[in-house]
Amino acid sequence: MQLQLKNFTKRFGDLTVIENLDLTVNSGEMIALLGPSGCGKSTTLFAICGIHRMDEGELLFGDREVSDLPSQKRNVGVVFQNYALYPHMSVFENIAFPLTIKKQSASDIERQVNEIAELVYIGELLKRRPAELSGGQQQRVALARALVRKPDFLLLDEPLANLDAKLRLEMRSEIRRIQQETGIAAILVTHDQVEAMSMCDRIALMDAGKIVQFDQPSVLYTDPANKFVASFLGNPPISFIDPIVDSGALMLPGGLSIAIPENISAQSKVQLGIRPESFGPQFGTGLPGKVCFVEMQGREELFDVLLADGSLVRSIQPAGSGINVGAQIDWGVAADNVLMFDQNGARL
Amino acid sequence: MRHNFRTWPLLLILSLVSLPLIIMYVFQVVDSFTAPKPGSLIPGAVTFENFRFLWETPDPGRSSIWQVTFNTFVFATSVAVIITSISMTAAYALSRLNFPARGFFLGGLIVLHGFPTVTLIIAIFLILQFLGLYDSLFGVILVKSALELPFGIWIMKGFYDTVPWEIEMAGVQDGASRFTVWRRLVLPQVQPGLSALFVLAFLLGWSEFVLPLVLAPGSDAQVLSTYLAALIADDSKLDFSLYKAVGMFYALPVIFIYLVFQKKLMNIYGGGTKG
Repeated sequence: MQLQLKNFTKRFGDLTVIENLDLTVNSGEMIALLGPSGCGKSTTLFAICGIHRMDEGELLFGDREVSDLPSQKRNVGVVFQNYALYPHMSVFENIAFPLTIKKQSASDIERQVNEIAELVYIGELLKRRPAELSGGQQQRVALARALVRKPDFLLLDEPLANLDAKLRLEMRSEIRRIQQETGIAAILVTHDQVEAMSMCDRIALMDAGKIVQFDQPSVLYTDPANKFVASFLGNPPISFIDPIVDSGALMLPGGLSIAIPENISAQSKVQLGIRPESFGPQFGTGLPGKVCFVEMQGREELFDVLLADGSLVRSIQPAGSGINVGAQIDWGVAADNVLMFDQNGARL
Repeated sequence: MRHNFRTWPLLLILSLVSLPLIIMYVFQVVDSFTAPKPGSLIPGAVTFENFRFLWETPDPGRSSIWQVTFNTFVFATSVAVIITSISMTAAYALSRLNFPARGFFLGGLIVLHGFPTVTLIIAIFLILQFLGLYDSLFGVILVKSALELPFGIWIMKGFYDTVPWEIEMAGVQDGASRFTVWRRLVLPQVQPGLSALFVLAFLLGWSEFVLPLVLAPGSDAQVLSTYLAALIADDSKLDFSLYKAVGMFYALPVIFIYLVFQKKLMNIYGGGTKG
């Protein structure tokens, strides 16, 4: 089923949080609403599930207009950040709750709960209370409860934020597996780019109540629409330097020059975005600087390099280079992968 | 257990301050089981004579102690039931529902909570008189419940405020109506508060004195506190030992309830925070 959000506007008092937002989720697809805190991603999610009223715009589930329907009649499953399990009920009763509300027969309920418990691997935990479960298990119960009544859409509000790093990795692939096995279109709200990139078919990157770019993760990474997208995605993050525009070329501190592509008119000011993997000794020389920080990450080393004009460029290299803080280096840049932005941050 | 402060000064001060109370309680118990000895602090012989009110009516004009105890029980229980059932709905509304004039009702609650209710006694008397409920147990039950409600609602609101919003949102998403969410998901979370409030309201009713005294002076609606007061008001034949024995009888359920429910009652003073 397809979800369409058209011209969605949400105000809290006089404050307009979201204005004229459009979003389409195709059937079976998992998308991420990604953005910094306060960008309106959770507000959008709560509007879709009916907890927040929409001030303007319409919401379509397939052909069905649901903008004015209460949450109870929308048939969406929601997984909350703190899971919101019912503490006084057993795991079985938690998962069965949506079905008991529908007044299904006890045998039907039992069959469906067992089915979904098998799917999320909590078959042996059904008698326990939520307080007796680990964070990852609670997460699975919350997923099971959201999925048991076969919702049209699954909404996940920061589902991994309360888990430790190892569990997060595990649940990332688990949620994706469950989503793909059930084929239910899902919307994931997160501020973690890694989650969004690893779990979702498409990412809607939001900033200040607007969707800045909505595309596949790889497109957002390699072909960002503007400086915000480029700086938000990528870990370690992209670095920006201000080259001098000189007779059709960009002069970088240290003498390296990059030709300005022909389709771009020479501007007074251009910013270059260099991702850590596009800067290093394997790309030749031309951008000299001093290593001011080395971060050992196990398989890789991250270098912060201070350039002659005072700007900082990051480089990520396989571990074992033997380069220490204070070393003078002269590395090159993969000119094809450099991203250019105008002074307003728009991509050139 | 080691402390980072010296304990004996603390114990000493607490003991000194509690001493008068302890002495009073000791003599309350001792005197009720012994024959009085005028002018002496040393009690006389042990006797159960003071408890004769349990099996005989002391004098013709007085009601039987069991009738009075039954009245007190009905009074306290009704007050507890009314306060708990109204508090658990009203407090939910004030805590969670967005309705017109919510601020006004919340403010009113705080004002009434601290309001010296005795000042209303004449107005209440007139209203009961007008409704024909004067000198009936039912009338006093209504008045006592109404006067204690702000306290009950305030306590329960504290408990409701600690229930996470997400639980309700999850319930609504699961297809349940707001009422079902309240009954099946939220109410079980505040259940410790409810039972504590019930016990406390029962005790408040059990120990109420002024309202029955003024609003139900007749012997039909007499409760233990007014029965006790009538004993001492009758100065033709003062019997302090009888008075103390009745006092013991009156206080026993309170002590019993505190012993059994002290953990639950502590909940209330914690304001519903989990401990």
